[in-house]
Amino acid sequence: MTNGWSWIRIATIFVYLFLFAPVAVVILLAFNANQFGSFPIEGFSLRWFDSLLHNDAIVRAFKTSLLLGVLTSIISTTIGTMAAVAMVRYDFPGKKAISSLLIAPILIPEVVLAVALLLFLQFLALPKSFGLLLMGHVVFTLPFVLLVVQARLVSIRRDVEEAAMSLGATPIQTFFEITLPLMLPAVMAGMLFSFTISFDDITGTLFWKPGGVETVPTQIFAMLRNSISPEINALGAVMVMFTVALPLVATAIARRLSAARIKASMAK
Amino acid sequence: MAAGVARAQKRAPWILLSPSLVTIGFLLIIPMMFIVVYSFWLRTATGADQTGFYLDNWQEVLSDPFYRDILFQTLKIAFYTTVICAFVGYIPAYFVANTRMRSKTFLLLMLMLPFWISYIIRTMSWINILGTSGAINGLLLWAGIIDSPLNMLYNQTTVILGLVHYLLPFMILNVYVSLDGIDKNLTEAAESLGCNGFQAFREVTLPLSFPGLAAGSLLCFVLASGTYITPLILGGPRDAMFANLVFEAIITQLNWPLGSALSLVLLALLGALVVIYTRYLGVDQIAKSFR
Repeated sequence: MTNGWSWIRIATIFVYLFLFAPVAVVILLAFNANQFGSFPIEGFSLRWFDSLLHNDAIVRAFKTSLLLGVLTSIISTTIGTMAAVAMVRYDFPGKKAISSLLIAPILIPEVVLAVALLLFLQFLALPKSFGLLLMGHVVFTLPFVLLVVQARLVSIRRDVEEAAMSLGATPIQTFFEITLPLMLPAVMAGMLFSFTISFDDITGTLFWKPGGVETVPTQIFAMLRNSISPEINALGAVMVMFTVALPLVATAIARRLSAARIKASMAK
Repeated sequence: MAAGVARAQKRAPWILLSPSLVTIGFLLIIPMMFIVVYSFWLRTATGADQTGFYLDNWQEVLSDPFYRDILFQTLKIAFYTTVICAFVGYIPAYFVANTRMRSKTFLLLMLMLPFWISYIIRTMSWINILGTSGAINGLLLWAGIIDSPLNMLYNQTTVILGLVHYLLPFMILNVYVSLDGIDKNLTEAAESLGCNGFQAFREVTLPLSFPGLAAGSLLCFVLASGTYITPLILGGPRDAMFANLVFEAIITQLNWPLGSALSLVLLALLGALVVIYTRYLGVDQIAKSFR
């Protein structure tokens, strides 16, 4: 048994290495002074990060992705949270069917979804636009928000809400004073989740983006057509740091906020 | 008053659901119907679509061996990817679920991390490893083992490798959730009844973790079969997958009726798989891994 366990441990280390080594290499090469961004490494340099900052196309793509991600996460978290409350707190006919319907975008291949939405737009004789991109991203991210918030809401006891209502709070007051604060971590998680999915999406984005508009992933994709430049590695490194730091910072902020809230309520 | 409250209670869920139902309805259900309609239209030589009811696209898609071959190739790649993910992913999931190390939270966090790291970056990172001036060739040249760089990229194996790297976290997480929910007393009971460690695993743990393994496999298979970015970046010219055909038809050739028919073939195949899966194991299992 002990022997078997040590094999499992070694294999686990290898799987972790497999997962992270390629990413580590991207970060390593981003600091490489060599102008081809490849091995052998010729010294430490920040020049590729500098050239990144001065690359207008990349800066523009970054802004587009940021705006798209923020709008997507706000819209899909709002409507996803509303749906989650309905699914967990109410009983109504057709609940099961609606639940599957709302999760459907996860199970339908993204390419098919992308084609469908594009054809519909074509039928309506509307041009490709940022709006289409946004709508597409909302559809993709909605099920994830729903699942995350639903899972949290199930574990919040109904009694607390009922107590608030019996003390005279209206359903809307109860929601904003009791339910929402209690499920805030999940709502934040859903928001973060949808932001990252949107920020990272390329499959649908390549179908929907209007000509000339690039997000960070499609920009990287376009740059890869030539060859892998050190600039791509630098961009990759920035994205990795960004996407790793974001959840950490968000959790820290959420923790601080809830701590402040508890303190405030103690003071009352 | 009571009647009013009851009515409000009845209306409330629909009010809450309406924005998402409208979204899904207009952006998913209606567009999906349009794919069906479009697939019966015809692309004419002038480049305009002829509306009507033609079976030409379907005939082409279903009879042309070119499409059939790529479909088989896609299913093959997705199958290999899934099987490798299942074997390779089970072990770390098992380790993290059963370790008594203090670093368990950290290990779990590391399993979540790949979800946050950009898919395109993770895919292209393999060029840095396997490319002619990549890490492996660099190392072998430096050590004097080879004289000229090896060509390791742009073939079916690298496509599978890229897909495994992308999808492995989905598998690990699904299996982990299943394994973590197993009562440890069960394996101890099996062992006290005379099973050795491996027997206890085979008779108790493995069957109990099956739902997670199945959910992870379904996710891997569906996501792998629908991908077109990985073969574009890591595959050669002959390693196209089915979704590449869809992309080609829609974006490059602007042959939307054909693209519609192709998307429906992909949807039908994977849809059948999802239906079979949910029939036996339930859609809840997939939802579990998001908790």
